[in-house]
Amino acid sequence: MGEFYDALIDPEFPFVRYGLVAGLLASVAFGIVGTYVVARRITYLAGAIAHSVLGGIGASLYLQKAHGLTWCDPTIGALISALAAALVIGLVSLYARQREDTVIGAIWATGMAIGLLFLAKTPGRVDAMSYLFGNIQLIAQKDLTLVAGLDVVVILLALFWHRKLLAVCFDQEFAELRGVRAKGYYLLLLCLTALCVVLLMRVVGIVMVIALLTLPAAVAGQFSRRLWHMMVLAMLFCAAFVMAGFAVHYPNDLPAGPTIIVVAGTTYLCVAGSRLLLKTG
Amino acid sequence: MSKSNSSPLPPAVLFEDVSFAYRSIRVLEHVSVSIAQGESISIVGPNGGGKTTLVRLILGLLQPDEGKVRVFGLMPRHARLRVGYMPQHAQHDPQFPVTVMDVVLMGCLGRPGWSGLFGWHGSAGRRAATEALDRVGMADCRRCSFATLSGGQRQRVLIARALASEPELLLLDEPTANVDSASETQLLEVLRQLGREMTIIMVSHDLAFVADLVRKAICVNRRVVVHPTSQITGEIIRDLYERDMRLVQHGQHVSPQELTHG
Repeated sequence: MGEFYDALIDPEFPFVRYGLVAGLLASVAFGIVGTYVVARRITYLAGAIAHSVLGGIGASLYLQKAHGLTWCDPTIGALISALAAALVIGLVSLYARQREDTVIGAIWATGMAIGLLFLAKTPGRVDAMSYLFGNIQLIAQKDLTLVAGLDVVVILLALFWHRKLLAVCFDQEFAELRGVRAKGYYLLLLCLTALCVVLLMRVVGIVMVIALLTLPAAVAGQFSRRLWHMMVLAMLFCAAFVMAGFAVHYPNDLPAGPTIIVVAGTTYLCVAGSRLLLKTG
Repeated sequence: MSKSNSSPLPPAVLFEDVSFAYRSIRVLEHVSVSIAQGESISIVGPNGGGKTTLVRLILGLLQPDEGKVRVFGLMPRHARLRVGYMPQHAQHDPQFPVTVMDVVLMGCLGRPGWSGLFGWHGSAGRRAATEALDRVGMADCRRCSFATLSGGQRQRVLIARALASEPELLLLDEPTANVDSASETQLLEVLRQLGREMTIIMVSHDLAFVADLVRKAICVNRRVVVHPTSQITGEIIRDLYERDMRLVQHGQHVSPQELTHG
């Protein structure tokens, strides 16, 4: 623990500090958006959005390295592809009822495959692993500003439109009949998910970011009677998982992202398992 | 019974020669019905006969292929906020973390002005929701978790949600589904009182329940006939349901899709 603390304040290794701060800041947005995703049962859609982001990352790295478009960095590529995937997947799930899961699975895999093809044609060595599974050394100070900005947006949306978002998650058709533009709010939710994915892909990677989005909310859901209780608890759980993950990863020289996810996943399985045992026993 | 035609108010619901098909399967054929404001009426008929389709046309969730539907003289979409709707199968997840009050307050969405923009209910909305819960006898459960309620209690909360919007027309799809007989009696009393204040349209396959409550029933099986409930005899029921036997058998041979769409 002392070693970890030393690393945190060591000016030689700002990325440990940045990684932890990014994770803690993201807990706010993740707690709120993750709760909506879990309550609305769209974890699968969120997973598809996250994975298809690799397409955008690959394309932007290729354009940057092979064609010298310096402005085209992976964050911009990821952002564009995440939002595009969120809208396409959202519209598919709203209008193509029967084939929904197949289409979404196709978008999921095709997005990743396109990304890998671009990466293969990108000159120089590109480390796909760090995008897939996270690499906190890639975190810069400006990322922290972006995460803080997302927090502000998500908090404002959740505060002002809580009643409508709640109704849309609970019973979309009824919300629509009460004059709520339910489909619009649903797409908004998917776009927020996309933003969360992009901003935290550097810490835990696009493969595992969905776990960090939904596991804290899923744990919180076991103890909550109201949606906003679940959000507050999910933020606390998310922050706790990030801190525990960092505390374990550094002294043991483990990668940060997988350590956080193992902590979160184990907690969820233990909580859900013990609740099940209590119910049946 | 014919006073609805001479009333100066537009009818609560008007179907004029409406036909509707899911792809190639005709569900409704040349339906013409007028339901006067203040009337309590029931929609009865066999499963797959088109009851739910009628409801969804009234709500503007479906558009007729032919003919026109008007609600309070308006296009159904534009009259939605004046209709309190209780769905048969709520889409919600049984584990969803909401309290009873949270659910009922959803009925208060769609208020005009700033509060409507944000979906805030305000104190007036909260009052309407409390009163609605009181009417269905669920005021004590206001803070209960919706997930822990019994089927009958949930049904009553969903009726309260429809009432919280202070509707002029209450549209209930199978209010007695999942309800035990004790709750059914209670529900009957609630609906009887509400019937004195607003138009009620109630889908039901339970003719006994309906006969006590409404004087007219819309019998739907592709075509629509309106009968006074006092005159619904064995012959009419046989007529209504025998066609159903043929319809279902026919449907199974030709296209099992009818069941998934119905």
